[in-house]
Amino acid sequence: MDYFLSEEQMMLRELARRIAEEKIKPVREHYDETEEFPWPIVEELAKADLCGVYIPEEYGGTGGGVLELCIAVEELCKVDGGIALVLAATALATFPILLFGSEEQKKKYLPDIAAGKKVAAFALTEPGAGSDASAIQTTARREGESYILNGTKCFITNGGEAQIYVVIAMTDKTKGSRGASAFIVKKDTPGFSFGKKEKKMGIRSSPTRELIFNECKVPKEDLLGKEGQGFVIALKTFDASRPGVAAQALGIACGALDDAINYSRERVQFGQSISSFQAIQHLLADMATEVEASRALIYATARMIDRDPKARVTKEAAMCKLFASDVAMKVTTNAVQVYGGYGYMREYPMEKRMRDAKITQIYEGTNQIMRNEIALALIKEAARIRK
Amino acid sequence: MNFIVCIKQVPGTTEVKIDPRTNTLIREGVESIVNPFDSYAIEEGLRLKERMGGKVTVISMGPPQAESALREALSMGCDEGVLLTDPAFAGSDTLATSYTVACGIRKIGEFDLVICGKQAIDGDTAQVGPGIAEKLGIPAVTYVKKIEEIDEAHIRVERMMEEGYEVIELGIPALITVVKEINEPRLPSLRGMMRAKKATISIWNAFDIGCQRDRIGQPGSPTIVNRIFTPPPRKGGELILGDPEEQSRKLVDKLREAKVI
Amino acid sequence: MGIRIVEDKCTGCSLCVKACPFGLIKIISREEVAKPHPKYKKIAVIGEGCNLCGACLEPCSFQAILIEKEEAKLRPDISNYKGVWVFSEQKKEKIQGVVYELLGEGRKLAERLGEKLSCVLLGQGMDEGAKELIAYGADRVYQIEGSILRDFQDDPYTDVLTSLIEKEKPEIVLMGATAIGRSFASRVAARLGTGLTADCTELAIDVESRQLLQTRPAFGGNIMATITTPHHRPQMATVRHKVFKKAIKQGNRQGEIIKESVENRTLSLRTKLLNMVEDITQTVKLADADIIVSGGRGLGAPENFRIIEELARSLGGAVGASRAAVDAGWIPYSHQVGQTGRTVCPKIYIACGISGAIQHLVGMQSSEIIVAINKDPNAPIFKVATYGIEGDLFKVVPALTKRLTEVLE
Repeated sequence: MDYFLSEEQMMLRELARRIAEEKIKPVREHYDETEEFPWPIVEELAKADLCGVYIPEEYGGTGGGVLELCIAVEELCKVDGGIALVLAATALATFPILLFGSEEQKKKYLPDIAAGKKVAAFALTEPGAGSDASAIQTTARREGESYILNGTKCFITNGGEAQIYVVIAMTDKTKGSRGASAFIVKKDTPGFSFGKKEKKMGIRSSPTRELIFNECKVPKEDLLGKEGQGFVIALKTFDASRPGVAAQALGIACGALDDAINYSRERVQFGQSISSFQAIQHLLADMATEVEASRALIYATARMIDRDPKARVTKEAAMCKLFASDVAMKVTTNAVQVYGGYGYMREYPMEKRMRDAKITQIYEGTNQIMRNEIALALIKEAARIRK
Repeated sequence: MNFIVCIKQVPGTTEVKIDPRTNTLIREGVESIVNPFDSYAIEEGLRLKERMGGKVTVISMGPPQAESALREALSMGCDEGVLLTDPAFAGSDTLATSYTVACGIRKIGEFDLVICGKQAIDGDTAQVGPGIAEKLGIPAVTYVKKIEEIDEAHIRVERMMEEGYEVIELGIPALITVVKEINEPRLPSLRGMMRAKKATISIWNAFDIGCQRDRIGQPGSPTIVNRIFTPPPRKGGELILGDPEEQSRKLVDKLREAKVI
Repeated sequence: MGIRIVEDKCTGCSLCVKACPFGLIKIISREEVAKPHPKYKKIAVIGEGCNLCGACLEPCSFQAILIEKEEAKLRPDISNYKGVWVFSEQKKEKIQGVVYELLGEGRKLAERLGEKLSCVLLGQGMDEGAKELIAYGADRVYQIEGSILRDFQDDPYTDVLTSLIEKEKPEIVLMGATAIGRSFASRVAARLGTGLTADCTELAIDVESRQLLQTRPAFGGNIMATITTPHHRPQMATVRHKVFKKAIKQGNRQGEIIKESVENRTLSLRTKLLNMVEDITQTVKLADADIIVSGGRGLGAPENFRIIEELARSLGGAVGASRAAVDAGWIPYSHQVGQTGRTVCPKIYIACGISGAIQHLVGMQSSEIIVAINKDPNAPIFKVATYGIEGDLFKVVPALTKRLTEVLE
C-alpha cells in the first residue's frame, strides 16, 4: 500500500532495511543466546545517522519526527524485535527532554544521543507501581542545590548500559498525582547503582534491570520541567513513544508474515506446496490484512503528532499501540503455526518472533490500560460535543 | 590530497539468466548497480580522504541513468560527481573507454591518486584501469590489497599475486586498481543520502572534455563484437542414489571410469 | 551509425526486450511513433544509452535489428604485420605454465596463417628458458636480457615489448591472463592503440580475412562474445591458465634465438619493487588444481571445513569455497570461487553444501566434471552437475573420503 512517504522517508526506510539485513541479521541469534548488549549495532546506527532520526537538526539529529522513528524501528524489527530497542527505548527517554527540556538541557544531552554516543533509559516502573504508576515510592527531596533520590525502579529497558536516565520520583507525596517530578540522572552518579538483570521470555538482547537510588545526589539543573510535572511529562512522553512500540510490534509481525508466506511456498506436503491449501491461505490473508491495518493506523497517528506537536493524541497513540501489539501476538502465533514443527525449533528464526511480540502487549502501558485510556477519551469527547 | 574514483554502473548479473527454451539472455527486472569492485574503490578513496584530508571526486562514463550510481557514491561520502555521457561514446571498447575517462580526468584537473575497481562484472576485462593510466601517462599498480603508506609524493602498496603479494612503491600521481580484500565498504548515512540527492553532478559530453572524435565510441574502438551467442547450456547429468556409502562407491567408480582419478 | 529497428520487419514480438541486459528496449504501439504497418500493431523502440553490445540481435527471428558500423576514414596499413607471438611470462626464472598452453594454441593459429610462431622472453639469465620455448614449439625466441627485467615491472616491460612490436610487427600477440598478464597486456595495447580481448576461451582464424576470432564470456559467463580487431595490429588476446592444452615437447626441435641486452638502454621505471611475500598457507593452489573440493553455506560452521579439507587431501586437490562461506568468515577469500572470486576449470569440481547461485556457477561451470552434494534436491547446482548426490553432506563427504582412501591405496 502506498503511504505517500516523502523521498527522504523512503531513503530512510531503505537504509534501515539495509542495516537490518546486512548488519543485524547475521548476529541476531548470537545476541538472543548471549543476551549481550549489541553495542556494535549502536555504532552502525550511529554511522548511518539513524540515532538522531527524530531529533531536530540544531541538536545534531536529522530533523525527522515520530513517523521517521517508526519507519526506522519497523524496518529494524522486521529482522529482529529486540536489537532495535537500542534505538526505540532510547527514544522513549529522549522524548521527555525534547518536550520539556530547557535549552541548556537539550544542548547538553541531545547531541550525544543523536550521534549514537550515548544510549538512554526511561525509569518509571517500580515493584509496587506498574499500571498504577501513581503508586511510585521513589522520592526526591530538595537539599540546597540538589535533589536527593531514594528508591528502586524495576524492569527498566537499557538499564545498566544506558548512560542517561530519565527518572520519575515523588517530590511531594502530599500532592498525589501532582507530586512527582522528572529528573535526568547520569550513570556513575554516586548513590545510583544497578540491581539484578532480568531473564526474559523474549527481547533477550535488551537488558532489563533494577535501578537502585540510595541518597543519590542530582543537581537541580537536571530537573526536567517544573516540580510536580512528573506524571504530565510521563503521559506526554507516552503519547509520542507509543507509536514507536506499535512500530516495533508491526515490524515483528511483518517479518513473521513475510517469512511465513515464503515458507508456505517452499514447504511441500501431500505433493503440493502448503500455500495452495485454503487453510494456510486464509491464515495468511487475515495476517496480512491486520498487519496493513496496523501500519495505516500507526503512520496516520505519527503524522498527526508530527504535524502538530500540541495536538491531543492520547487516544490515537493508545489505539495504535493496542492494535499493533495484539496483531503482532496473533500474527506471530499463526506464523509459527504455518511453519509447523519447524516453527517451534530454535534453529529457525520464527519462534523468537513470538517470544519477542508478547512484551509489546505489556510494556509502555498494558493493553488493558490502553483500553481504559481509549474509552475515557471517547467519553470525554462525547461529553464535550454534547455541550 | 585529491582522489579520483572511477566507477561503472552495471546490470546486476544476479538477475541475468539464460532462457533454456530460446537459449537467449533474459532479464527479470534487472537492477542497475554500482559495479561491486568499484564500491571497494569508493571506500578506499573515502578512507584516504579521512586519513590525508582532501577531496574525493567520483567519475563515470555511461548512459544518463548512470547518474544514480554516482549519487550512491556521493551518499557514501564522496564530494563531487562527474558523469561523462554522450551518444558518441556508445559502442566504446576498453581502449576508447580508457581514452574517454582519461580526458574526463584531465578536465577535472589536478589529482594525486586515481582509484579503480579491479574489473567490471559485465565486461570482466580488467583493462580499463591500466588503460587510463597509460593514457594519463602515470604509473599504475593493479590488484592492490592494501595501501601501506601514502604521502604527497609517494604511495606504497601491497599487490596481490597468485602465490602471495608484492610490495611496490610508486610516485604520485598514480593509479591503482583494488581488490575485495582491501576494505569493507561502508553503508551510506542518512545525511549522505540527503546530501547526494541535492548534489549537482557535472554532466560532460565529448565536446566538454575535448575528445578527438575518432578516438571515442565505435570509431575509436579497435575491437568490435562480431557475434554474441549463448553457450550451449550445461546439462545436468545423473543423480546418484542410495545411502551415503553406496553413493560414494558409485561416484568413485564413475570417476575412475572417466579416468579423472 | 548505431543501432536501429528495421521498421517494416519488426513484429513487436518483444523477444528482444528480455534479451537487453540494460532493459532499454520497449514495445509500443506503432501509432505512437507514426510508423504504421499493414499487419503489426506494435514496434520495438530502443532507449537512450544503448552501448551496441548486440545481445538483442540473436533473439530477433525477423532480422529487424541492425547495428551499423561506421567506417573510419583513415586506416593504418596493417598488411605488413605477420606472425604469431606469445609473451613468455617468467617468475624467478621459471616460465609460467600458461605459456606452454599458448604455444600449443599459437602453433595452430600460426599454421592456419602460414606464419611463424615466436616467443618474447624478458628476464635475466633465461638461456635455459629460451631453449625450452623452442622445444615446445616456438620457431623463434626474442630473448631480451637485463637486470632491470629480472622481475616484472610495468614500465621497462612495456617499453621493451612495445618497441619490439613496433619494430617486428607481429599480427597476433598472446599473453597469459595472469595477474601480471592482464594489466601488462592492457598497458601495451593502450600504448600501441590496438585492440585487446581479455580471458579468451577460444581462438580461431578466419582464413579469408586473416582475422583472429577471439571468443570470451561476458555478463558473468551468461553469454559468449566473439570479438575481432579488424583494422588494428597486433591483435592482442589474453588467455587463462588451463583453457588450452599444453604443447608437446620435442627435445630435438630447432629454432632461432635472438638474444639482446637492454643494459645500455634507458628504460623508464616509475615503480619500485620492494619485496615479494609468499603466502604459504595454501598447500595446493586453487588456480592450478586439477581437483577442487568446495564448501558452502551448507557446512554451517567454520570447523566443518575440516571434512572438505580431508576429502581434498584424499584426492590431492585444493579447497575452494563459495562466497557465503567466505563472507561468514569461515575460510579466507583466497579460496573463493565465483564471480568476485576465482574462476577455475579443474578436471573435477566437487561442490558440497553449495546451492549453485549464478555468481558461483560462473566461476566453475567450465569444469570437466562437476559433482554436487546437497540435501536440497531443488538446488540450482544440480542443473549443471555431471553427478548429483542428494544427501546430508556430513554423511556423504566422509563416506567419500573413506572410499577414496581405500581405493587409492
